[in-house]
Amino acid sequence: MNPPAVRFAVVDHGAGNLVSIEQALTRIGATVTIARDPHDLTAADALVVPGVGAAAPAMDRLRAQDLVGPVRDWIAADRPYLGICLGLQLLFEGSDEDGAETLGVLAGRTVRLTDAPTLPHIGWNQVERAPGTEHPLFAGIAPGADFYFVHSYAGLPPRGGGDPTIATTTHGASFVSAVARSNLIGVQFHPERSGSDGLRLLANVSALVGAAIGRAAIPA
Amino acid sequence: MLRRRVIPCLDVANGRVVKGTRFVDLVDEGDPPDLAERYAREGADELVFLDITAAPERRGTLLDIVERTARRAFVPLTVGGGVRSVDDMREVLRAGADKVSLNTAAVADPELVAKCARRFGSQAVVVAIDARARTDGQGGWEVVVKGGREATALDAVAWAQRAVALGAGELLITSMDRDGTRSGYDTALLRAITSRVRVPVIASGGAAGPEHLIAAIRDGGADAVLAASIFHRRIHTIGEVKVALAAAGQPVRLVEAAA
Repeated sequence: MNPPAVRFAVVDHGAGNLVSIEQALTRIGATVTIARDPHDLTAADALVVPGVGAAAPAMDRLRAQDLVGPVRDWIAADRPYLGICLGLQLLFEGSDEDGAETLGVLAGRTVRLTDAPTLPHIGWNQVERAPGTEHPLFAGIAPGADFYFVHSYAGLPPRGGGDPTIATTTHGASFVSAVARSNLIGVQFHPERSGSDGLRLLANVSALVGAAIGRAAIPA
Repeated sequence: MLRRRVIPCLDVANGRVVKGTRFVDLVDEGDPPDLAERYAREGADELVFLDITAAPERRGTLLDIVERTARRAFVPLTVGGGVRSVDDMREVLRAGADKVSLNTAAVADPELVAKCARRFGSQAVVVAIDARARTDGQGGWEVVVKGGREATALDAVAWAQRAVALGAGELLITSMDRDGTRSGYDTALLRAITSRVRVPVIASGGAAGPEHLIAAIRDGGADAVLAASIFHRRIHTIGEVKVALAAAGQPVRLVEAAA
């Protein structure tokens, strides 16, 4: 018998396309609710913060929805979190894009891509695992596989101990394209728009969430 | 390294994919989500839907197509045609599109580009420019609108630069001289624009074979190539085109099982 579906709450902070992430998660067998207030998080196993665009409007919207505290608490309690694109950038302390102060869960800032031949960085690019890391997020996905990016900024964690970087990508200079720390995962690319490898990555997230919450113990 | 993108364009009229020269001799080609899913499977890097009817009373039909496509094709989707306001754009994005392309409405109200970029981010705003060579002896290209039926006297290169300054995150450049002629993209037009803007440029209009796509990238400086009839008529598959681009030294995303 299959374990019960992992329940994702996708936070709606007003930035565009929620359909694609909702559909992609549904495709891999998860159940999805769209979260617009703290109450919407109660039945979720994992939180997904998607989105594109600038940090300030997203933070404003999260504040207006009373979600900043609950999202911080969620991460502080080491509950499963997936940040996609802007949802990764919001984890850092602040964004150079508009000066917004963001969640501050990870050390470092969101900075403009350097030496980029074109901006925004739009299209498929290779996601290379950071040396010495082999995170299960990429299980079954070829090293250097292409994922779809749409952004001009990326999070920059400080080098050294505690660096959560698990993958990098090059557009001009190299930038951080995926981070992980315990049950916290962030990707700068869009798995929901990255074809079969993207769906595979989301399925890996779902499996990690299932393991983290000891899914088998919860009755269907 | 960032891949060069190959993008099939699906002209949509009354809820169906149509082929033929834009606006005339339309032939029904099928259900948009079916074709979109097939292209995604064959390796399309993105998809573009262009609503060539764009009549306000048909918006529901278009949104339904976008939503059904977003359920099945997990690659980025750009939708153009008939978007005239921030509210129109919000509807299309909420239905499942990643980007919206603005054409006639942006020329009529350039501030619309800025408003949409502020609200949804530049990455979601594609400005589509239909250009044709000037015939008044001054050289250069002028912008035409309303599907090529109306000249504007606006210089295409200057408009491209202004659109980027207003917040366009990408440009879709169609040569109306080449569109439907199968004689290749206008690489001089492309180069004139790509040498002056930093945002990605999608080439459109005139593709008949892989050699044209290669030229648009190599000579025109395009980041992406858009084509319609060569894919719809199965003259070339997306996989074949990508293999040819790779053989010419262009970085492309090759998809296995492109059957």
